[in-house]
Amino acid sequence: MAEAAVLPASPALRRVPGRFWIVPPAALLALLFFYPLVLIVQQAFLDDSGMANVAEFARVLHARFFLNALLNTITISVAATAGCLIVGLVLGLILAFVPFPGSGVIARLIDTFIALPTFLVTLAFTFLYGSAGMLNAGLMEVFSLRAPPVDFLYSTWGVVLAEVTVYSPFVLRPLLAAFSLVDRGQIEAASVLGARPFRIVRQVILPAAVPALIAGGSLCLLLTVNEFGIVLFIGAKGVITLPLLIYSKAIQESAYQVACIIAVINIALSLGLFGLYRFAAGRMGM
Amino acid sequence: MLVWSRPGRMLIWAVFALLFGVLFLAPLAVILLSSLAEQWNGVLPSGLTIEHYSNVVRGAAWNAVNASLITGFLASALALVSGTWAALALRVQDATLARVLGVLFFIPSAVPSVSVGLGLLVAFSHPPLLLNGTIAIVMVAHFVLISAFTFGNVSAGLARLSPDFEQVASSLGARPAYRLWHVTLPLLAPYLVAAFGLSFALSMGELGATVMVYPPGWVTLPVSIFSLTDRGDVFAGAALTMVLVAVTLVLLLGLERVAGRQTRS
Repeated sequence: MAEAAVLPASPALRRVPGRFWIVPPAALLALLFFYPLVLIVQQAFLDDSGMANVAEFARVLHARFFLNALLNTITISVAATAGCLIVGLVLGLILAFVPFPGSGVIARLIDTFIALPTFLVTLAFTFLYGSAGMLNAGLMEVFSLRAPPVDFLYSTWGVVLAEVTVYSPFVLRPLLAAFSLVDRGQIEAASVLGARPFRIVRQVILPAAVPALIAGGSLCLLLTVNEFGIVLFIGAKGVITLPLLIYSKAIQESAYQVACIIAVINIALSLGLFGLYRFAAGRMGM
Repeated sequence: MLVWSRPGRMLIWAVFALLFGVLFLAPLAVILLSSLAEQWNGVLPSGLTIEHYSNVVRGAAWNAVNASLITGFLASALALVSGTWAALALRVQDATLARVLGVLFFIPSAVPSVSVGLGLLVAFSHPPLLLNGTIAIVMVAHFVLISAFTFGNVSAGLARLSPDFEQVASSLGARPAYRLWHVTLPLLAPYLVAAFGLSFALSMGELGATVMVYPPGWVTLPVSIFSLTDRGDVFAGAALTMVLVAVTLVLLLGLERVAGRQTRS
């Protein structure tokens, strides 16, 4: 029994050194992030005299400019995410299962796109698909047209195409990780037994890729809802999303309360999608 | 190999080349080309010039490069210290608290950057905490937005670290501070370098929060590119974008090599 005294105590009783070291970074984040966040919520629901007031909140909620922006945001986000999943899946399948010389380098190059500013793609698209861009100039020259025939850039679809380019690497990354775990022998066996590639993809590869697709897809939903640079750079009058509306209300109109109300809704939407992503990524074991 | 027939493979590779070319290669190539263009009214530019680049090294464009580099360096350094600190300190908390705090440290990455800027404007526009109109508010905005990424990278690194080294150091009598400085941090170094590179790159490209809070004298590269293209000066905007891409790639690849060397040694 005397020996028991020198053995370490149970984990719960063990003296944990430095538990309070978490305080400085947590306090810094609380001051610089969570405190401003609370003030946004407060401004959204309080009037100038400091009384609780939901009338303004309700008014914005029913305003046409808000509903339009909300609809645009959701349409763009869902369409871009669907595009990212398709593009990511096609690129991933080829890179993983029909590799070519240099495919590793290409995969890394696509991965680098994650670190580049998103508005780069929009700027490039104006040179490619804008009314005076390469595609229109070429088509006008070849078919001797008077007006530019291709006109999708300054619409919802221009934003969607730009976002597909920018965000499909976020689907590709977890997908390639999942594909690397697929048993190559299983595919060759199926192939030798006469299964066509399409059937192998559907029955062997896709089931293994579902968690990665859900994780990548929910991350795309989150990022496209929050996207600002692409929409700002396209600068189409008809394409206003929630982040752009917050910017224009606060900076161009100095309507801070309206901006805060829209921000509260945007943040709630984003946090919901963040929860979805964490859940999906947790299931994938990421 | 999924497809065995030669024509089948060729067809699939053609699909890949088309997708990759249209989505990833063409945008980069066209930005590069337009940054060198004199005039561009037809399918191709009418002439090439390096004038847009020579303008970068003076005047407003050079100030923007400076502002972005200084902001990126300071915000990333602060995010690295605070993210590493938080990740290390979370290891000694009990599991539930560590999980909750871990999510809280991640949340800034989930909130739209414009709202982060709006929050800073609302919170820090009055004394005693008057940051609005100063350079500091830009640094703070960048720090908040990238802190989640540094925290995530360092946490991932810590999770992969074998606890053996630290336990051996402890059992040999190393004090916690000595162990941290001479064992844990050197082992973490590759992850720290990678985290710093990624957050620097993210800061260089940050637009949403910056455009909300920047004071007149501190225009970063993305804001400067936006005002150039908004004014119709697209070629100068393209040249600045290429500078931004080049700096970002040098940072990422350079720091990746440093990190790789550390892992090998």
